[in-house]
Order: sequence, then structure tokens, then C-alpha cells
Amino acid sequence: MTHRAPRPLLLVLLVALAAVGLVACGDDADDGGGNATTSTSGGASPGAKIVENDANGKVRITIGSKNFTEQKVLGEIYAEALDAAGYEVDKQLNLGDEQTALKTLEQGQIDAYPEYTGTALLSFFDVKTEDLPKEPAAAFEQVKADFAKKDLVALPPTPFTSSNEVAVTKATADRYGLRTISDLSKVASRLTLYGSPECRQRLDCLLGLQRTYGLRFKRFVPVDLSQRSKVLSGGQADVSIVFTTDPQNKRDGFVLLQDDKGMFPPYNSTLVVRKATYDQAGPDLARTIAAVNAKLTADVVQELNARVDLDKETPEEAAEDYLKQFGFTD
Amino acid sequence: MSGPLPPLAQAGEGFVRDRDAGSGASCVADDGVCPGWIVDHLDRYADPLARHVLLTVVAIAIGFAISFSLGLLAHRRRWLVAPIVQVTGILYTIPSLALFFLLLPITGRGFLTAEIALVSYTLLIIFRNVVTGLDGVPPDVVDAARGMGLDERQVLWQVQIPLALPEIAAGLRIAATTTVGLASLAFFAGAGGLGDPIYADPNFKSNVLVAGGLCVLLAIVLDLAILGAQRLLTPWTRRAVAG
Amino acid sequence: MSAPLAALGLFGDAIDFLLHARESRAGGTEVGGPGEFARLTWTHLQVTAAAVALAAAVALPLGLVLGHRRRGGFLAVSVSNVGRAVPSLVLIALFVAFLGVGFLNVTLALALLAVPPILTNAYVGVTQVDRDVIDAAVGQGMTDRQVMARIELPLALPLIFGGLRTSVVNVIATATIAPLAGVVTLGDPILSQGVYGDAGKLAAAIVVALLAIVAELGLGAAQRAVTPRPLRGSPGLPRRGRLFPTSPGKGLSTP
Repeated sequence: MTHRAPRPLLLVLLVALAAVGLVACGDDADDGGGNATTSTSGGASPGAKIVENDANGKVRITIGSKNFTEQKVLGEIYAEALDAAGYEVDKQLNLGDEQTALKTLEQGQIDAYPEYTGTALLSFFDVKTEDLPKEPAAAFEQVKADFAKKDLVALPPTPFTSSNEVAVTKATADRYGLRTISDLSKVASRLTLYGSPECRQRLDCLLGLQRTYGLRFKRFVPVDLSQRSKVLSGGQADVSIVFTTDPQNKRDGFVLLQDDKGMFPPYNSTLVVRKATYDQAGPDLARTIAAVNAKLTADVVQELNARVDLDKETPEEAAEDYLKQFGFTD
Repeated sequence: MSGPLPPLAQAGEGFVRDRDAGSGASCVADDGVCPGWIVDHLDRYADPLARHVLLTVVAIAIGFAISFSLGLLAHRRRWLVAPIVQVTGILYTIPSLALFFLLLPITGRGFLTAEIALVSYTLLIIFRNVVTGLDGVPPDVVDAARGMGLDERQVLWQVQIPLALPEIAAGLRIAATTTVGLASLAFFAGAGGLGDPIYADPNFKSNVLVAGGLCVLLAIVLDLAILGAQRLLTPWTRRAVAG
Repeated sequence: MSAPLAALGLFGDAIDFLLHARESRAGGTEVGGPGEFARLTWTHLQVTAAAVALAAAVALPLGLVLGHRRRGGFLAVSVSNVGRAVPSLVLIALFVAFLGVGFLNVTLALALLAVPPILTNAYVGVTQVDRDVIDAAVGQGMTDRQVMARIELPLALPLIFGGLRTSVVNVIATATIAPLAGVVTLGDPILSQGVYGDAGKLAAAIVVALLAIVAELGLGAAQRAVTPRPLRGSPGLPRRGRLFPTSPGKGLSTP
């Protein structure tokens, strides 16, 4: 037996030490690239290119998002836009449902994420269905005021709204003669509803359907949000909760039942930012976000969702395309 | 997509593609298994794969360092074996998913949280095999070594550890393949890895096949690598098998 | 919450979550409490039992026959190695992608996960039975089937139990991600902390861990009970019925 034996151990220890070092430095910062042009004032006006402002480089902003395609695309758009404006941007997308996202924001692990006015009203601020504002502008003003009490700044919203929708297949709609949600009351006891895990406690989901429409379904099955269209087209669900801007609605010919009792509030997307970050970031933050928001119409957002869900682009690619084609970045 | 910037007045024109039903029933749009798409988009999995490798290798390295040291310690002081096995055993029974989520509020999202959980899962397996391996060295061989004048330290490093290598390597292999599997859940802790693309589109069969396949391949490669290293370091076993 | 529980902080809150139902994180619906946990645990056990039963029904006979014939050893071991390499999330995701959500699909996926340890351990358990014993039995005029049933199976039981034990614990742990595929097990509070809150998440984690520990200890005791005394190994080390014998009765390890 020679003296070879100790060396493998030395090697192992070195590797382990290196590994510990890697762990310490391992926290990844996702940076986008910077633009070549620089100037002293930045941001953009609607339709114009975002100009990089060196002064923004001192500000670090972490953008978060919830756990479905539209949110990830929005998160990527905002992250890239702010990066183009010169900020130091990190991404923490795909956090989870709205409660998880809000908690992460309040705890400071992220600095901003896009929330929907309707979701905020119902899930965060406990607004009763009968008190819900019907107009998008009114909904935003109320949400802005309520978020301000939590030291959060809600930036002006997007033009598009994307609501929860009660969806059935065309076959089911024809079979039971369903056009509005109220039509479900005669047949709900025979139907299975599939929804996200948080659907049980949301007034714009199962809870609201039970209280506002008095619906009692045969069974409620919580499934992951990514399955919301598949369970319907696959025949497992009789009824499913989808979003207005889901590209699968059109592709699979779903019938979106009309909200005749006005259970759903407006759902424009507003970027909610921590007050400390907002104050530190200067005027370019709001200006850049407002600029990229301007072109986010329902058609465009549905297209963006389709590019990810149907064309299998990544949210990052879809966001890049959006910013380039509308002239915000090169 | 790069190209000349369109004039501002027409920015975004044609952005919304024509998607009327029937106009694009392709393999990809149907969430199927599409070899063409897979080949074109393999680069998409490069970063998650690299991340996955990093998560796994770091976890095994640290886990091995800890377990090996503990194993050496417990080999001498036998009373340590039971408590160490119990503590690492408890860590091992906590489902990995639960451990990720339990750590989140304490250590936040990211690499560190994932690593703490992943390292914890390697400890029991490797520790157990280190101890069993050292126990498995025939006492006659140890006596003979002592008889040749080797001191305790030399006996340990030149006789016992090399003879225990097959058992230790076996534990490392199990730990490695298990860690690759668990690292696929690391994205829940915000640490990336191959679980990220899987969960991003769990309906797209091509996506799940590629990301999952890479996971399995990685595990097999690591398994064979450790086996190969073991064979290299223990040439006497090769001769025994051949004879 | 009672004073002593409150003193234990989050842990106490988790215990309280188990004992009393409460409003969900955002209000509006009740979560927690013994009734809900009983339901979640029952589903968890159902899917585990179904998966392991299915896996055993396939893998045990196959492993026993292959071991008896001394054929396909490489296959039996390779299955185990590759099987260990397939991450649980990948397996469930594959089944969801190809078959969709539902109890049956999840059971199939988990059964696939449970097969390797059972198959390999059954095979090795049979092959490591002393040849002399078998020769003696054959010499006494026993048929093939009798040898398998009366000699090989009983002597292979310890390893078979070891394989079952590994499988059960693995499936219990993996069933925590079943809610992603529409089967609401104890993983639901962990995955949907937005609904159940931190206390719920911790409570569910505790219950799953307890389930796994009980299964491990219970089946470990059963394994010990079926092991002939001379073959029992040293105490203090959990025996998971590992794969290849280095020397019979001394302890089993992989090469």
C-alpha cells in the first residue's frame, strides 16, 4: 500500500471547499444586457424608444410575478424595459398565487409585481361583491388608495383587462342551454368544477359562485393552474375557471358564460411597487412602465399568451418581441 | 428576432398573428412529441441543465464532506452512530417538497435554501455507507497491518478507507441519483434546475420528455462516473472479479 | 389557541391547525382541523396503497421468477439504477402530459416509481438463497414450484420486505406532489400555502413525515420479524435490504 490514499481525501476536501464557496456566491442575479446609448434623463414617452439613464444604475429592482403565462410575460416585459432604462434588475418570476406574491412583496424579497385590480379588491381588501366598482378607472383608484395604506404604490394600469371566466365546452353549453352563469343553477349539482387551489377561497371563483349565484356543484377538484384548459377540453371537467386572455379559449371553442349578476370586477393589471423602491427609483420607473403599458391591449396580450402557450416561445422571447416590434427597444 | 426598426407610426403592426381555428394545427400547437421542435430548441435546456448539475454536484460534495467526517468520527466513538443516524434519518423522512417550503421563510428563495435541503438528504445515505464500509474491513487485515508496524492513522488511511471504498462509493451513487431527482423540485425554492422548464409547461409532451430525459441522463452519467472512479481507485477488486 | 401551544410559536400553531379548523388565509372557507386532515391522509394512504399494491403485483412475481431461473439479473439491477434516476416530478409530469390528471394516472406513475426496489430486492433475495439448500430440496423430490414457494420465497422474505419498505416510504414522500395532478393528498397544504397558510404547511409536513416514519418503522419491524435470527445484522443501522451480498448473513451492500 503506497501513500496514495490521503490524496483522494485532499481532493474531496478541496472540492467541498470550492463547493461551499460556490454556495456563498451561488445566489444568481439575473441581469439583462444594457443598451449602448446613454443619456442623463431616461424613460420614454409612449411609442418611443426607452433611453438608458446612468443615474438609474444605483437602483436595484427585483420584479416578481405570479404563476401563469400572462404574469410571466408581463414580468419579463417590465424587467427588460426597466433594464433598458438603466436599472439593476433581478427577476423572481413564478412565485405562486396572489397571497404568496403579496407576502413576498411585503417582506421585501421582491420590489414589484403585476397584480390585477379585481384580484386585489376581492382577495386583499375584502370588498364585498355588491360594493365592487364597475368601471376600470374607479376600480384602480380604490385599489391604489388601499395599497397606499400598506406602503405600496400601484402604478397606472394597463388598457387590457383579463378576468376570471366560467367556461364550458360548446357541447356542454348546447346540451344544457347555457349562456349565462345563472343558467348553471339548474344543472350545477350534476356538474364537476375544476379550479386552482386558491379558487376555494376567492370571491371571484368558487366562493363567489356559491355566494352570489348560489351554485352547488357536484364536486370541486383543485388542480394546478396550468391544467385549466386541458381538463375542460379533455373532458374531465364539466366547468372550469379560465382567463379572458387565454388563447385556448378560441382554439378549443370554449363558451365563456356571461356574468349576469356582476360578480367579477374589472381586472386591469397594475404594477405594485414597494414605496421605498418607488421613492428611490425616481421618475423613470413610472414613465417606463406607463410607456410599455400603453400598447398592452387585449388583442396584444392574448397574442403574447398564444406565443408562449401555443407557439411554445419562452416568456422572455415573447417579451423581447413585444418590446422590439413596438419600438421600445432595439 | 432582430432586424431594422420599423417606423414608429407602424410600430407593432402585424404583431397579432392570424390564429383562426384550423390555421395552425401543428405538432407543437397540439402539445405533442415533436422531434423537429426538440432539435431546434435544445439550447433552451442548456441553462437549466447547467443549473441542475451545479445544484447536484455542490450538494453531493458538501454532503460527502460532512458525512465522511462524521463517519470517521463515529467509527471510533461508536456511541455516536445511533444519534447521528437518528438525526439524519429524520431529515431523510421529511419529504423534499416539504423541506423546501419549510426553509423558504427562514432562508428565503434561492440557491442556499435548495442546497440546505439537498445536502440534508445525502447525509444519511453516505454516513451509513461510510460506517458500514469501515465496519466491513476484515479484522485480520487490520491486525496484519498493525503487525507490520503501521500506526492507527496509517491503518485508517492506507488500509481501512481504501477497502471501504466500494461501500462508500455505493452510498455516493445512491446519494447522487437521489439528489438529481430531488433537484428537479428545487425550482419551488426559486433555485432553477430542470424542474423549471418541466413545470413551466407540463402539458407539452416534448418539453417534459426533453427536460425529464436530461434529468435521467444526468443521473446515469453521475452514477457511472462514480462507479468508474471507484474502479480506478480500487484496482484490486477488478482483478478479483476477473479471476 | 391554548397558552402552551401559543408558546411553541409556529410549531404550536401547526398543531393547533391539526386540531381545530380555521378560516383559510384569505377567509371565506374553512381549512384545517382533524376532519380535513383525516380526508387528506386517507387520500394519501389510498394512492400509496394502490400504487404499491400494483407495483408489487407486477414486480414480485417477476423478480421471484427471474431470480429462480437465475436469468435477467442485469436487467433487474439496471431497472433499479435507472429507476432511482427518474425524478418523481418528471414521472408525474410525464403522466399528466400524456394521460392528464386524475387518481388512476397518479397511481400508475407512483406504481412505476415503486417497482424498482421491489423487483431488484425480490430478485436478489432469491438468488442469494444458498444453493446447497435448493439442491437438497430438489434431491428430496420437490418440484420447481415447490422450491420457489417453500424454500426460496420464505428465505427471500427479509429482502422482499426491505424492498417493500423502501417503496412505501418513497411513494409516501412522492405523493406529496400528487395535488399537481388533481389528487388531493397531504401535499395540498404544502403546495397551496396561499390557502392554508404557514401553519397548515408545517402541519401537513409533520403529518407526512410521521406517516413515513411509521411506515419505515412498521415495515422494518415486520422485516425483522421475518428474518431468521442468525441473519439479523447489527442494531443501530437502519437496514433497507440493499442489493448485493458481500457475504451471506453479514450485511448486504451494493458493489
